[in-house]
Amino acid sequence: MPSAEAFESATQVREVLGAFDYIADEALSVSVFLAGKLGRPLLVEGAPGVGKTELAKVVSRALDTELIRLQCYEGLDLAHAAYEWNYPRQLLEIQARGVLRGGAGADAASAPAAVDELFSERYLLRRPLLDAIDPRRERAPVLLIDELDRADEEFESFLLELLSDFQITIPELGTIRAARRPFVLLTSNRTREVHDALRRRCLYQWIDYPSADKEKQILERKVVGLPQLLARQIVEFAEGLRAAGLYKAPGVAESVDWARALTLLGVQSLDVASVRATLGCLVKHRDDVDRLSGGLAEALLSRASGS
Amino acid sequence: MAVLSTVDVTSSIVGFARALRAAGIGVSSGQVEAFARAFEWLDPCSLVDVRLTARATLLCRREDAALFERVFDAFWLGASPRRPALAKMPLAPRHRVEARPALAMLLAERARATDPERTVRDRSLARSDDEVIGRKDFALMTELELDAVRRLFEQRRWQFATRVTRRKVARSSGEELDLRRLCSRAARGGGVALKLPRRTAKIKQRPLVILADISGSMELYTRVLLQFMHVLRRRLADVETFVFATRLTRITSELALQNVDHALDEVASRVVDFASGTRIGECLHAFNTQWAGRLLARGAVVIMMSDGWERGSAEQLKKEMRILREKCYRLIWLNPRLGRTDYLPRVEGMAAALDHVDDFLSCHDMQSLEAVARHLELLPRRRGGQPSLSLYATSSGSVA
Repeated sequence: MPSAEAFESATQVREVLGAFDYIADEALSVSVFLAGKLGRPLLVEGAPGVGKTELAKVVSRALDTELIRLQCYEGLDLAHAAYEWNYPRQLLEIQARGVLRGGAGADAASAPAAVDELFSERYLLRRPLLDAIDPRRERAPVLLIDELDRADEEFESFLLELLSDFQITIPELGTIRAARRPFVLLTSNRTREVHDALRRRCLYQWIDYPSADKEKQILERKVVGLPQLLARQIVEFAEGLRAAGLYKAPGVAESVDWARALTLLGVQSLDVASVRATLGCLVKHRDDVDRLSGGLAEALLSRASGS
Repeated sequence: MAVLSTVDVTSSIVGFARALRAAGIGVSSGQVEAFARAFEWLDPCSLVDVRLTARATLLCRREDAALFERVFDAFWLGASPRRPALAKMPLAPRHRVEARPALAMLLAERARATDPERTVRDRSLARSDDEVIGRKDFALMTELELDAVRRLFEQRRWQFATRVTRRKVARSSGEELDLRRLCSRAARGGGVALKLPRRTAKIKQRPLVILADISGSMELYTRVLLQFMHVLRRRLADVETFVFATRLTRITSELALQNVDHALDEVASRVVDFASGTRIGECLHAFNTQWAGRLLARGAVVIMMSDGWERGSAEQLKKEMRILREKCYRLIWLNPRLGRTDYLPRVEGMAAALDHVDDFLSCHDMQSLEAVARHLELLPRRRGGQPSLSLYATSSGSVA
């Protein structure tokens, strides 16, 4: 039965991820391997579009287990991340009992038991975090806490308990602890610094833009029918853009999109016209578009064809 | 290649953690434990394995990566660490070498040279003196007066604009019912809640980013403005500070030191382009591409302190100002030259930037900085909105 601890070695991680079209370098596969073995969460940082979220999806497929995703946003609280009581149902229940009691007379002895009943599993709504550590699970899931930098400090402090002990305390119900530790992956785009206390509870991995070779491999695996020459040109063009100091440099996700668009249009080799026509797949900031239209595209193209 | 016997693995691990801490990379015992446990699955004779494992378990931010590698090489390979590794560790103030001409001393020297005749006794606690100090241009101040300014900074209560967050907190006067507490109260009260619990949005201070020009033309104001930044950095939460002339330098951690002189010394030793030429446009470009995404989320306010003397292209400055303003909640420009009665923003750079500025205020004397402080407390609720009328009158009063 596959679980996060089932990875035998970093090399195996690399092969398994590769089989699902995710090309991981050595450092990343060591981190994933250790995260599984040590049962620690893995914090992944990097520029947008370098495959942070994709990593979680691929790991869950490789382990053949469920992926539970929690998208962070400002103001995210326990009620949306961990659990909530089903208020409408509770209120109805309270009213129904009030009606019954009004008919049959007060029953003081059963009141505490009735309250306990009101805060039982029946009225509990499970959100992603509680779902991930459900002790009744037979297989540890992959828990993806995506774009942690979008949440606020208050949410981070709440995560501290969860990520060190894999338990959540519900005051009315008691502590719920995972029987099997989920494989936890946190991602951050660094629009805010993640606090040190949380960092230290995690393994850390920075994903950089891939090397030209690696990016070409990724393109060839992801885009069916991509001509060799075009793949090389796209990779060189994207690298040039990343070095040019744009406001929003294209990630791998963008170059894959671009390659798909060019393939759909039947482009065999890059030229100014095809770059202009498909610019929107690659750069997404008005001033970057201006720069590309204003001569940068020609400069990069001449370099790509010259090499 | 480092070959380890099983006996000394543990002591090596602990020793390596100590070496990291000595170099300024914080490592918790939990991280060290994880590193030690990881040895179970790696080949301790393979340096590559040890390196990657150490990196995954002990390193927790990308900025430390280069230093980490140097410490790693020094510890496991016996390579002597190059100097820069040590230079990253700031000396404790008590160990500081006194001979170095500190920025504060240099600037005081110059201030004295411009105003050599005047002798001032330290009567800074007297009220009349405060008033003199209030209206005197920082550029003309003596050392003692600058000290008095510093005391005034320290005594003031600093507040900053707030914003409404999307997090909810319990409050009896809140506009929204708190269903969770309502249910638990009702359950306890036998189906009746005597008082309806409510909740409301949490209010937080806005993030503040200060970018200060420290080029030659700003020299006479640099010290006071750095002190101003220091006091804001110390008193407010979530303040980021940068200085620039020909390049952009982040000085947030330097200004965290409590003592303002030590903090300014630290800045002086870090910054290489004091009193040089100005390339505002290029420095802003560096800020916009490297830092803006990280610092300007959540409704940040940006303060630029500069006289707008631009050696680079005014066109670039204009463009970068536009982009900067798109990304922040409010962009405030402080210009010490605005204090002169005959000032007009004729400098090409300043004229270019003005189109993209929400507020254009002066910062040449204590009164104008007071006006700035009041302005910061009462920023309008809406983006790009006008400040309230009374406030506008006070701030423009000091400007005119």
